Amino acid sequence: MEVKINPGLCQGHGRCYDLADRLFGADDEGYGQVLGDGIVPQESEHDANLAVLNCPEQAIELFEEESDGR
Amino acid sequence: MAVDDRFPRVTGDAGEDEEPGTRNEIITGPVRDWATDFSHLEPEWSADPYQIQDDLRQRCPIARTERFGGAWLPTRYEDVAAVAYDTDRFSSRSIIMSNFRPPPELAPVGGSPPISSDPPFHHDARKLLLAAFTKKEVARQEPATRAYCHSLIDSLSGRDVIDAARDYAQHIPVRVIANMLGFPPQDGPQFREFVEDLLEGINLPPDERRERVSRLFDYLLAQVHAHLDEPRDDLTTYLINAELYGRKLDPDVVTGAMALLLIAGIDTTWSAIGATLWHLAKTPGDRERLVAEPGLLPTAIEEFLRAYAPVTMARLVKEDMHWHGVDMKADDWILLSFPAANRDPAQFDQASEVVIDREVNRHAAFGLGIHRCLGSHLARMELRVALEVWLERIPAFTLDDPGAVTWSAGQIRGPRTLPIRIG
Repeated sequence: MEVKINPGLCQGHGRCYDLADRLFGADDEGYGQVLGDGIVPQESEHDANLAVLNCPEQAIELFEEESDGR
Repeated sequence: MAVDDRFPRVTGDAGEDEEPGTRNEIITGPVRDWATDFSHLEPEWSADPYQIQDDLRQRCPIARTERFGGAWLPTRYEDVAAVAYDTDRFSSRSIIMSNFRPPPELAPVGGSPPISSDPPFHHDARKLLLAAFTKKEVARQEPATRAYCHSLIDSLSGRDVIDAARDYAQHIPVRVIANMLGFPPQDGPQFREFVEDLLEGINLPPDERRERVSRLFDYLLAQVHAHLDEPRDDLTTYLINAELYGRKLDPDVVTGAMALLLIAGIDTTWSAIGATLWHLAKTPGDRERLVAEPGLLPTAIEEFLRAYAPVTMARLVKEDMHWHGVDMKADDWILLSFPAANRDPAQFDQASEVVIDREVNRHAAFGLGIHRCLGSHLARMELRVALEVWLERIPAFTLDDPGAVTWSAGQIRGPRTLPIRIG
């Protein structure tokens, strides 16, 4: 599973870094940023889903990784 | 004494001529039909806007009124979101619906940038302020906020019944924003008056309304002068020195932004804290659960923000158009009710109930799109700290007299009298 933020939609509500601070951080203006490569460790999948479902701008996309056996 | 020509020390009558813009007849009195004659300034709305909005959502869903010179009220989440995102067709040049429309030339800056600004100016003005209001930056205010909340609770000791709106909730955002702007903390009671003048004095005669607004700007200008004489590490000094497009800001932009920061942070957060305490005072199950499970508080706060969203915005229609089934005219108001959007059953399960462990909560309490509340991280911090301290110090409390609770009128809704039994 992999997360991405669409910077064209993000308005800096910060729900992602409130709910999933291992996956998301804030830039200097408070816009959300994906930390690292955006690959979601299994133990963070619930948090990733919460971030996606609570983003008021629907700016977070979640991709299922392909054919890596997980 | 520092000299800054933008802010003359002697104020004459220059610029006090008749304001450009259009005024309409002020219409007050009982609403005949909420679908065709709505008013957010009448007592039924203040007492319970949700029932009215739920009814309109089913039968309209975009209500109309000839008051305020003509206005529309979308009640579905989908329509509210569409207006918020469509800055091409809806202007923010006035975001408080009243009986006066500033002229189109006021755009794209508006009277209190960036909330009153349209693209492209909006983005640049907002950018000046974003860094001061990030979650990380506002966290610096948390220890002082917590200490202040404790001192407020200390001051209540020995009393059995307190007014949680006046004795607790209202003081917290006033203190925090005074600190951030570098205004004297003892001026707090004046800020309260400024807020009332701007947000609740909508149907006053125009001259009186203008007089009240100018009191605020006189105060702000005095603060600018105090900061020019003695610069400090605060938002006022920051705005005085800030540059946009290679030069310092126009004086109206400086004082307009100061007005926004002062006014927007007070009533709103006061209302959110008060509405939450009101809910907990009358809902012992939720109160007991939050006392037992403090870790649930951030989730519960989002639900309180959804269910009791304090802020409704306004927009002005730019040009005549047929929009989502209605014929809008240029300069019609849109009353942009985030509270109505937040209770749309098409968007939320159990929309009219308060579910404090609601995990999926894509609410619009802080708006949607480019005007997302600049102070949302500050508001969340204040709300969380205010509730943490209250629940720690006063875990058991009830509504003393439900009939005595009063709610503010206008676009910001929250309890203004809230008698709570704590002893």
